[in-house]
This record gives sequence, structure tokens and C-alpha cells, in this order.
Amino acid sequence: MQALLDFTTGISVVLILMVLVSIRRQHIRVEYSVTWFGAALTLLLLSRSPGAVSKLAGALNISDPPLALVSIAGCLFLLVLFRLSVILSNLKDANIALAQRVAILEYHLSAHEEETARS
Amino acid sequence: MNAEKLLIIVPAFNEEAAVGHVVREIREVTPGVPVLVIDDCSTDQTAAVARAAGAKVMSLPHHLGLGGAVQAGYKLAFELGYQYVIRVDGDGQHDPRYITAIFEALRNSGCQMVIGSRFLEGKFDQATLVRALGIRFFRLVLRPILGRPVHDPTSGFVGVNRDALQVFSRSFPLEYPEIEALVVLQRRKFRFLEVPCRMRRRMAGRSTITVFKSLYYIVHVLLGVFVNVLKYERKRRRG
Repeated sequence: MQALLDFTTGISVVLILMVLVSIRRQHIRVEYSVTWFGAALTLLLLSRSPGAVSKLAGALNISDPPLALVSIAGCLFLLVLFRLSVILSNLKDANIALAQRVAILEYHLSAHEEETARS
Repeated sequence: MNAEKLLIIVPAFNEEAAVGHVVREIREVTPGVPVLVIDDCSTDQTAAVARAAGAKVMSLPHHLGLGGAVQAGYKLAFELGYQYVIRVDGDGQHDPRYITAIFEALRNSGCQMVIGSRFLEGKFDQATLVRALGIRFFRLVLRPILGRPVHDPTSGFVGVNRDALQVFSRSFPLEYPEIEALVVLQRRKFRFLEVPCRMRRRMAGRSTITVFKSLYYIVHVLLGVFVNVLKYERKRRRG
């Protein structure tokens, strides 16, 4: 149990540092880092509170606290991935609309230029 | 045909070998009707060949896929005030001689969409076995949703009027749009009609459809259909 908690602490700290460095280098925008921070902090707090993990395992009716911790971590990352899919879908929609608008405007522009050249 | 009312759109991606012939055929059959090729960011000479053949060309800044390209054409047509738009694919499979029949049906039937159907007379001889099975499957799925049979739900040889154009310029399925578009229209109480037509083999290039892509297609389209059904059912209940 202790080994797993220490490992989770290590992973959480690494994740928090990675996100911080990425924000500083502008590889990730602040608004998209919030969910990663939330997930990493939750894991950090849980990994430093074995009592809380045991209580959570009891509440979830999971007999093995380490298994509960792994399950919670898995769920957190699933939530993060789901949120990213939503963001990605919105961005794709916006990107398609933008590309279509650019194409339409370029079409209007070239039609206007052709008319001007004729007259 | 009234050139002020009708626009023919030709979505094309890397179709330099076929698109010129397609445009010339369309112009022969429908003189005076503007032809707009939507170049989906081809890496070959599609746009130049289409222009040389007498089409107007709208070039997308990056590859959007079939639905994105067709919707761009619908948006432009709606902005320019066209009453009818007929889509003819750039690979030469749609025979332009049937454009007139689709246009007449659009004008006279009062339907918002007219589909050029390969199988209206029940013949499946133009389709491969897998495709024929897929089409039969979607016919069965769509029958209760649309409340009437549709013979060729995967046909992209379609004409729409301005009402449908307005809907599609706001919302149009981006991947594999044909079947979902039917559901979108039906949920708005719009009507469609099928007219018989023949389709040909592609003039050049090879189809990129594989077994995996066919399975992906089925799952994707089914999901899209049911999401659309649920979405409009909820709206209807809310009044």
C-alpha cells in the first residue's frame, strides 16, 4: 500500500511540474491546464492521506484500498480525456466554420477583382 | 433551365484526372448554369483543371472532408441567393444527364430534397455485394425513422431547394453526410423525392473504401442517425 501511495505521490508531483513548465513555455494554455491540475492535486492529496483512501474504498465497497486508489486515478484521467475530447470537438467545429468562411471570402474577393478588372 | 436559380456544386479532392471532364459534361447538359467546384485543398491540379474547363472554383484553405466541402458550397450558394443547388461528385460517377430530371423534380414536386437514386427500380447490379448489403441495412434502419422507404440513402447525387439550403448551411454532417442529412431534413418535416438515375464507375483514381472503413462508416452513420433522432425528439417534446 505504502509503495503505491509513494508512487502516486511521485506521479502527481511530476504531473504538476510538467503542467507548470508547459504553461511557462506556452505549450499549454492556462484554461486547459486546470483539469490536469485538479486531477494531479486530488491524487496528491489522496496519496498523502492513507486514511482517506481507506474511507473512500469503504464508501465505494472496494475491499482493497490500493485498488480503490488506482480506480479513482483511472476515473480522474478518463474525465480529463473526456473534457479534452469536448474541447477538441468544439475547436474542430470552429476551425471548419473558419476555413469555410475564409474560402467564401476569398471567392467573393476574387470575383470582385475579376469584375473590377473587366470594368 | 434558369441560370439565376440553379447552382451546380462539384466537391473535389485530388480529382485532376476527372474533374475537367465532369465540368465540361455538366456545361454541355446545362448551358448557362454556373458550375462551382469546391476544391478541398487538393495537392494536385484539380483547381486549375476545373477553371480551365469553365467552372468557378472555391478553394478551401485546408482539407475538410466531403461534408465540410459540400457545406461550404451550400453556404456560398445561400449567400448568393440561389434557389436550388445540385451536387455532382468530382470523380465522374454521377451522370450529368440526370441533372435536368433532378432539377425538374425539385421545381415541380415541392420537395426540399431530390435524390438521384440508382436502385429505384430495385436493381442492385451497379453496386458491389458489400455496398448492396450496406444499402439494404440502412434502408431497413431508415424506414421507420423517415416513415417511408428510401431506395438509395447513400447517393450523393442530390438536389436541394432554398429551404434545405438554409438548414444545411447552418448544420450539415461533416463525415458521410448523405444518410444523416436525410434524417436532419425529415426531423424538420421536410420532404424528399427520389428520381431514377444511373451512375458510372469513377473516371480515374481508386476508391479508398476498405473493410475497416466500411465498419467505421456503419458505426459512425448509425450513431449520427440516432443522435439526430434523439435531439429532435427532445425538441419536439419541449414544443
